[in-house]
Amino acid sequence: MADFLLELRCEEIPARMQPKAKEDLARLFGDALAKAGLQAASLETFATPRRLALIAKDLPLATLAVSEETKGPKVGAPPQALEGFLRKVGLSAEQLVERDGVYFAVVEKPGRDTAEVLAEAIPAIIRAFPWPKSMRWGAGSITTESLRWVRPLSGIIALLDGAVVPCEVDGIASGRSTMGHRFHHSGPVEIADAGTYIETLRAAHVIVHFSERCRIIRDGAAKVAAEAGLTLVADEGLVFENAGLTEWPVPLLGRFDETFLDVPPEVIQLTARVNQKYFVCEDASGKLANAFVCTANIDAIDPAVVVDGNRKVLAARLSDARFFWEQDQKTSLGEHAKKLERITFHEKLGTVADKVERVAKLAEWLASEGIVPNCDPALARQAAELCKADLVTEMVGEFPELQGLMGGYYAAKEGLPQEVSDAIRDHYKPVGQGDDVPHAPVTVAVSLADKLDTLTQFYKIGQVPTGSKDPFALRRAALAIIQLLSGNGLRLPLRQTIGVELIAPLFAKVRVFGENERVVAQSMIAKFRDFMVDPASAELQIRDAEFTELLKEMVPEARRRKAVVEELLDFFADRLKVQQREAGVRHDLIDAVFALGGEDDLVRLLARVHALQAFVSTEDGTNLLAGYKRAANILKKEDWRGIEGEIALTGEEDPLAMVDDPELAPVIAAKMADRHAAASTRSYTPEPAEQALISALETAGPAVRSAIEDEDFDHAMRVLASLREPIDTFFENVTVNDADANKRAARLALLAAFRDAVHRVADFSRIEG
Amino acid sequence: MNAAPLFTPAQRDPARSFQDMILTLHDFWSQHGSCVILQPYDMRMGAGTFHTATTLRALGPEPWNAAFVQPCRRPTDGRYGENPNRLQHYYQYQVILKPSPPDIQELYLKSLGAIGIDPLAHDIRFVEDDWESPTLGAWGLGWEVWCDGMEVTQFTYFQQMGGFDCKPVAGELTYGLERLAMYIQGVDNVYDLAFNSSGVSYGEVFLENERQMSKWNFEVADTDALFDLFAKAEAECRNALAAGVPIAAYEQAVEASHVFNLLQARGVISVQERASYMGRVRDLARSSCEAYATKMTPEWEAKYPGWSLV
Repeated sequence: MADFLLELRCEEIPARMQPKAKEDLARLFGDALAKAGLQAASLETFATPRRLALIAKDLPLATLAVSEETKGPKVGAPPQALEGFLRKVGLSAEQLVERDGVYFAVVEKPGRDTAEVLAEAIPAIIRAFPWPKSMRWGAGSITTESLRWVRPLSGIIALLDGAVVPCEVDGIASGRSTMGHRFHHSGPVEIADAGTYIETLRAAHVIVHFSERCRIIRDGAAKVAAEAGLTLVADEGLVFENAGLTEWPVPLLGRFDETFLDVPPEVIQLTARVNQKYFVCEDASGKLANAFVCTANIDAIDPAVVVDGNRKVLAARLSDARFFWEQDQKTSLGEHAKKLERITFHEKLGTVADKVERVAKLAEWLASEGIVPNCDPALARQAAELCKADLVTEMVGEFPELQGLMGGYYAAKEGLPQEVSDAIRDHYKPVGQGDDVPHAPVTVAVSLADKLDTLTQFYKIGQVPTGSKDPFALRRAALAIIQLLSGNGLRLPLRQTIGVELIAPLFAKVRVFGENERVVAQSMIAKFRDFMVDPASAELQIRDAEFTELLKEMVPEARRRKAVVEELLDFFADRLKVQQREAGVRHDLIDAVFALGGEDDLVRLLARVHALQAFVSTEDGTNLLAGYKRAANILKKEDWRGIEGEIALTGEEDPLAMVDDPELAPVIAAKMADRHAAASTRSYTPEPAEQALISALETAGPAVRSAIEDEDFDHAMRVLASLREPIDTFFENVTVNDADANKRAARLALLAAFRDAVHRVADFSRIEG
Repeated sequence: MNAAPLFTPAQRDPARSFQDMILTLHDFWSQHGSCVILQPYDMRMGAGTFHTATTLRALGPEPWNAAFVQPCRRPTDGRYGENPNRLQHYYQYQVILKPSPPDIQELYLKSLGAIGIDPLAHDIRFVEDDWESPTLGAWGLGWEVWCDGMEVTQFTYFQQMGGFDCKPVAGELTYGLERLAMYIQGVDNVYDLAFNSSGVSYGEVFLENERQMSKWNFEVADTDALFDLFAKAEAECRNALAAGVPIAAYEQAVEASHVFNLLQARGVISVQERASYMGRVRDLARSSCEAYATKMTPEWEAKYPGWSLV
């Protein structure tokens, strides 16, 4: 057994790539060992800006000898078969072994030295290394075939049990020399073996362990802050980044001019963090202090010199930030917003100003309809009109991640109502599953409107997410809408809302028409009536033939958009399932409720799903589901199409779907009523269990209906539970498939009625188990 | 017998003189890396990378080592001489080493030492910063070099230029001279820099220039004339390309690029037009690089058997 050390030394590896590089090295090396049948007791990897290293403990010195046996022809087989076999295995007849009347070729493969395996594996690992970005360099790069690495590779250490494993990649030969710290150590460092690697480099001012450097930075930064009577604002991302930029990290605290604290703290923190990779500190009252912590890579001769240099750089950055802060306030948000007319939102969707106007209209509508309760429509409109204005400010141009926040600050400075400035600040929220969900009404209205608009507009032009591609973050927008609705218990008719945005504008442009073609117009747009902002505007009148032509163009487009509405609702259903899965809600139950169709109020839908989940986990629920499945199976097996069979045969469930004229509706309804009445008169006396089910359904049917109308889903479930006993008894005692065709039909109809009653709650056929 | 020299250069003082810092860098790169020390390209350009010694010489197999100062014009960065570190005209020091030598980082650090930056007194760091110039069809990997948190040099290994793979790869160093000098001299305002050791300040040399040029860039320049210049440069670039003189074409692309920057400073190019103008400049620059590489390829292939452009 022996320990192995591999070090790949190169010019500075980007900090962000180091953690993944460690993983990749471990994986590639582990795979190479496994392929040779070797295994180490442990694999540990290390990364610094200038080296990527690995130590494998307790490697066998050689791979195991293996004996490979190949089965040949039977003894006495035709000579051609034997000759063919000998050719294949490369042996002579005398070398074959005979066992149970069959020839076997046995080849002994001796074990290989591990060093030899490694000498082959190392160049292969280097060549196959999956850097996110790699480059060529030096004289060798005269061809594009030359080695690629993240930055120029300058040395390889490969030591097995202290001995060099000789190998070479692109002219770089392995050895035992490396370099210490770039400035604290000069000349090569010789490594004796894997066991002394870490300490030898420590003596040369290199801390090889990434995690140790992280600890030094984390603790050291906190310590220098504490020494100044401050508290460090913890930032693990910065810890990692600085650990990836240093081999000998030394956190140092500096101060900046107090007057910069006029600038919002988020701006200062971001300036320090993004541009300079500095930590910031808070004073005892939790306010941002005029201090920063930078991480040097040296034990400086005079740390004050390094700190002062960093202070100057930060001061220049903060001056820029303060300049932006002051400059932006010279113009009101309303003035800034005008510049949005010059910014394209999407080539097919107009400018950001166009979007803002749509959002404002929608936010106002959400407020005035009471969908977002206690929300002043005028404030909702005002906040929406200004919510994107900060995009054209200097500050957000410099720090895009401050969008919203800066708008909020500027609105407050301008003296706009707090509801408005808060809404501007928070209207991007929630961003992702863990983010805070806004509750302030104006904020909720603007946030909802913004996201609904993004979704419907991109769906309108067919820019929908596919697979891993979601360039406009529509999944996140849908999730945010779900969070906003459920977090605030908002009753939003989603289908209508989306339709209002997608379809109403098509008809909004045409208003004054002549009397004579009014009826035609009405019937054409009747289907889209739900989607009119103001149903009165649907009372279209047609003036002349020109308009008829226009309407002819619009109606197919409206029809297409109506399909988009349904597509978008399906998308919401998917997002809801993903989101609810994390909350422990079964996706099949969501399916079961969605399958009923027509439900587009997500809050009500979730209430139903939650009640359903509680119910199906009870004994009554399980048994009712079993009874349901049995009933459904029988209906399916008997191909029961019901008394409405003729119509169902058309494949359309909605009998009105094929009829354009809404005036036919009462005629069809009357016809259906006749059929139902005929079916309910029985030609025989029902058996007791059958009668019990009939009675139970007569009570349960209306009870379920009214419970659902009252949105008391728990009660609806309890009513369903009352059907469990009658259906079980029915199946025990009654033969459905009676020889008497009348009885059979009546009983099938009864089962169908049972199924339909259950369906009022959910489509139980979608429920698993 | 040698006559006594009539002139002996004085000791350089890079820590207290802007011009001595430049002369020290010239001395250094002239000795190390066997560079030719060039003079600035005599055209207005936005960055040293536009110098043909960088762009065009990065193409092809021949070794090339050069160092030079390039004045850079950034019309939109002008601040009428009122900002302590923003200028519409400033200097870059550019070193190009092809192929990139194995000790390029050490050479660079030594050059910092030569102008007075002690790496144990100052925290020098190589921070990831990849470079890309869509205009030149070029990209490379490298770092921005930090000195106590300040970016003092852009360090790039060119991977592609003019859309072609660099074979071999050149290493490019771009020092921001004013920034470095401010740091070394310990001044907070660029105009306070000592230009030489005899009391002439950077402000005496350039402050009035910044005031007038900022005004011209932002307020005065005749925009019709600029649009006209742009169109003429574009046409002349095409003309030169058609005539098989791609270096001349490239100069016109550089001209068009600068005129575009002036138009930007005059605020007469809308957001929508901006992309289209940039596309036109990009097209000129790339076509010129391509034409240059194509024209030179037979010669390169003859000198370097086995080498190919693509």
